[in-house]
Amino acid sequence: MSEDIILPSATSLSKLTIHDTSKTGFGYNPAIGPISNSITSETSSILINKRTITLSSAPSIYERNITNKKPVEINLSSLSFLFCEIVNWTHGQSRGIHDLEMKLNKLGYSIGQRYLELIKLRDGIKLNKRDLKIIDILHFIHGSFWKSIFGKHANELEKSQDVPNEYMIIENMPLLAKFINIPKDYADLNCGAFVAGIIEGALDSAGFYVNVTAHSVPMDGFPLRTVFLMKFDQSCLIRESIH
Amino acid sequence: MLYSILILNKAGGLIYQNEVNPGLNKLSTNDYLVLAGSLHGIHAIGAQLAPNIGDKTVPASVEEFNRNQNSSIMSTFKAQSPNTNRSGLQNIETSLFNLYIFQTVTGLKFMLITAPNPAEHKGELNKQYDMAHELFRQLYMLYSDFVMKDPFYSLDMPIKNPLFDTKVRELVN
Repeated sequence: MSEDIILPSATSLSKLTIHDTSKTGFGYNPAIGPISNSITSETSSILINKRTITLSSAPSIYERNITNKKPVEINLSSLSFLFCEIVNWTHGQSRGIHDLEMKLNKLGYSIGQRYLELIKLRDGIKLNKRDLKIIDILHFIHGSFWKSIFGKHANELEKSQDVPNEYMIIENMPLLAKFINIPKDYADLNCGAFVAGIIEGALDSAGFYVNVTAHSVPMDGFPLRTVFLMKFDQSCLIRESIH
Repeated sequence: MLYSILILNKAGGLIYQNEVNPGLNKLSTNDYLVLAGSLHGIHAIGAQLAPNIGDKTVPASVEEFNRNQNSSIMSTFKAQSPNTNRSGLQNIETSLFNLYIFQTVTGLKFMLITAPNPAEHKGELNKQYDMAHELFRQLYMLYSDFVMKDPFYSLDMPIKNPLFDTKVRELVN
């Protein structure tokens, strides 16, 4: 029996001819071979008239109400694959562990800036007030900010006893690092640098100039425990003392 | 009683080997590689072996064949060719050990080496086979979670992942 390639859209592959162009102008016809995907007047009119290509009947993320207070859940698996690819890509671009962490931090930074606005908008403009004290904004980050990103509050919020401008947020089970295994020769690396970037972005755009780094501090039962160390700029402390 | 877990990549290279319980003669790393390669070959040949009797009647035309194929794919979500034995070698049972093989659709192979069928399961031929397959399912899940989602793992390379090791140990015990 001949083993033809099965192409479900046509009864037989050999029946496709050069004249069989697809209705949308896109797609691959094996009888023609590779063709240019350049935008012609025909295809551009199709593209313009088509708003979004919806694969399912559910409305796309752009059609949802932005002030929707219900938490929007996404799949942890797809998030992990995306984050895995982010780390992988950044790893290929960077020159060392420090550089890799810097790049991850930078990626998270812009998310933090936007997310702060989004959460404040969702909380409602009337009820909302601007946090002026370091401790207030940190409670916000540790509480509702964390909850809307990761679905739960961070585990602990601590203040350094020795250094006045250092605070710590401690997360026992970092969601993004759940499936990540740090190889031996990258011992110091913590992919939480991405989350640190989110915190830094949010705090910076709230007017608290800060430097955030992520450190692995494993504990019994929590091998992935991560400490986010926040070093506030001196100007914040001076402002704090004036109030 | 499970002795050993092996994972082979699609080219037949050994990428993971874990002796869960002692009880097998120690093999050198090289021997394990040879074992993995040989079983990979046997599995492939086994997939080609199929009796020619009871063959379905040959469809009149290529179109009809394709139509039948398409409808069977649509209803079962599996590509099936009537004349090949897709599963290949599945298990080897000896008086000293049992060996089970599970191949995923991507060509990855999981292998388990266990103690032979225990006496109390006499008459329940499939009992240990079913247990092995449940274990395969769990192992496949762990592999997809903790190996495939690890940004520092490159495909088809040996798995050196303490996190995966821990999870496998938790699964087995």
